[in-house]
Amino acid sequence: MSERDVVLEVEDLKVEFDTYGGIVHAVRGVSFQVRQGETLAIVGESGCGKSVTMQSIMGLIPMPPGRITSGTAMYRGQDLIRNKYLGGRDIRGSAIGMVFQDPMTSLNPTMTIGDQIAETLQVHRGFSKSQALARAVELIAMVRIPDAAKRASQYPFEFSGGMLQRSMIAMSLACEPSILIADEPTTALDVTIQAQILDLLMDLQKEKGMAIVLITHDLGVVARMADDVMVMYAGEIVESGTIDDVFYRGAHPYTMGLRAAMPSRELGARQRLTPIDGSPPDLFSPPSGCGYFARCPQAMRMCQAQHPYLMSVGTAHHSRCWLQHPDSTRQVPGLSIPHLGSVPVQS
Amino acid sequence: MSETPAPILVEAIGLTKFFNIGRGQIVHAVDNVSLQVHEREIVGLVGETGSGKSTLGKALIGLHDKTSGSVRYRGQTLPLKYRPEDFREQAKRAQMIFQDPYSSLNPRMTVGEIIGEGLKLKSSTCANDVREQVAEWLRRVGLEPDHMSRYPHEFSGGQRQRIGIARALIMGPEFVVCDEPISALDVSVQAQVINLLDDLKASMGLTLLFIAHDLSMVRYVSDRVAVMYLGSLVEIGPANKVFFEPKHPYTQLLVGSNPEPDPRTEHRRRSTLIKGEIPSPINVPAGCRFANRCPHVMDVCRQVTPILHVPKDETVSDRQVACHLY
Repeated sequence: MSERDVVLEVEDLKVEFDTYGGIVHAVRGVSFQVRQGETLAIVGESGCGKSVTMQSIMGLIPMPPGRITSGTAMYRGQDLIRNKYLGGRDIRGSAIGMVFQDPMTSLNPTMTIGDQIAETLQVHRGFSKSQALARAVELIAMVRIPDAAKRASQYPFEFSGGMLQRSMIAMSLACEPSILIADEPTTALDVTIQAQILDLLMDLQKEKGMAIVLITHDLGVVARMADDVMVMYAGEIVESGTIDDVFYRGAHPYTMGLRAAMPSRELGARQRLTPIDGSPPDLFSPPSGCGYFARCPQAMRMCQAQHPYLMSVGTAHHSRCWLQHPDSTRQVPGLSIPHLGSVPVQS
Repeated sequence: MSETPAPILVEAIGLTKFFNIGRGQIVHAVDNVSLQVHEREIVGLVGETGSGKSTLGKALIGLHDKTSGSVRYRGQTLPLKYRPEDFREQAKRAQMIFQDPYSSLNPRMTVGEIIGEGLKLKSSTCANDVREQVAEWLRRVGLEPDHMSRYPHEFSGGQRQRIGIARALIMGPEFVVCDEPISALDVSVQAQVINLLDDLKASMGLTLLFIAHDLSMVRYVSDRVAVMYLGSLVEIGPANKVFFEPKHPYTQLLVGSNPEPDPRTEHRRRSTLIKGEIPSPINVPAGCRFANRCPHVMDVCRQVTPILHVPKDETVSDRQVACHLY
């Protein structure tokens, strides 16, 4: 792991939602760091809290019913949970940009693409309308949309999905943010367009040196983009580390389970996939022990009773699993996934 | 991939489906597609959004009228446009599992009504019978019989997809079109649904057309894979061959764009070669439809439409490509 500057440091973030059914504990004590020029991928299934984590830091969850009950998010010496303004200016959309999953519904259908991008610059940078529009055209060209000047005067319905996502990226980069949060940026797109968008993001990152927080459920996208990976389950981080740690030295049964549930290149056609049985726990009343207990093939008795903490399994590699406890006598899960071969586990 | 070819169950011959969208504009959704699906075979169908995969699947089982061409089922030619009695007859043989488990179940019907509705087509079944069969099917897809009286909103995405599977299979079909059955589901749940389909396929002797855009999953599931681009088939062959040694430039680019969950493979990957996006199917140019995005385009490609043929250098004739390069 490199020693680049930390641009965002989140400590013990907890988020709850009031609903008719009770209080949903969506994020339960999440801590992580985002480094300049690097990509942190947050992986997990729907409902694991990956989007809520970033949205609550950005102040994008409706409160009420949402509520941040604890935690800090330090950006340049300032806690974003308490104050969204830096030097009198809202950091959202300027210092931190965000790209959403569904470009078709995230853009305003009644404004031209150029106006929507220009609006960001007028609000955050105090550009005049004509200055902002000229810059918008440059930004549209930067995300490799051909015929930028003409495209700027068109409406979202005239764009394809891939071009809309490029426009979203242009908009989020308008104010040259130091962090770009991309929430499932390619989930709604075809693989060929997905590859183009991922390339674009990587190139822009190299050029501008910004940090990217990539929220996704696709391990293929993670493998392609990420420097660091954080696996979330039931509102908690269950494993975190560098990309190689998580992919080749996986140290949590859930991470291993996700890998085994996907067809890999080596897997023969008639070899069965290994699904993760059951479903994630109810976050109305999160289990007192390990959140993965009910689905874990390696579960031990203590996992039900005792909530595991994040244990260190290597330099900057952590796993929230009792199997990784120094006194655990059981084998580490990485060794028992048949088609992934035996993976040496660092101790 | 079986040694003795099984008899053909469903066959499309020059199947064409155009949509007239007014002002003289015609969408060439499926254009002159010929495809054979053998008994107990799983054929995967891949391609980008707008390539005509779903339209082809629906036209095969009569949910779309056909503009021209024909579909044969066990050698019997099916009508271009289904009449009500054709639907009644065909629903017992061919069924469909839909992509979105949220919008494909009627929220005002109970799960029991949804799953049992098709059985009304079989005149002999009485209410008690229907209840029994629905209960049996709920068990077979991994749900509880007492879920029958609940409504779709009470279920998770994976459970709803199981309901969709039960609804299709309770009719005892031979041929099932699965239109992106797992795209809306989480990875861990995808594997559950795939294994369920696998078991049911084995126990019922099903033949499947598996439409998806997740190439790794299609390769894993299918015996053969067909690749569609802008309404026509560009390559078809054994799944591993199409995936690991793709011939058609479009298949190569499609496979090359598919991210693998392996960082070492991904870090070696060159940046994307495919430029541009799938063109509009409204005014389809003459010649090869992929010509304007193809890295190997030649003059002939813009004039002559390539047809599916066995490549010259192929030793076994189990793969066909529609490309002038071969």
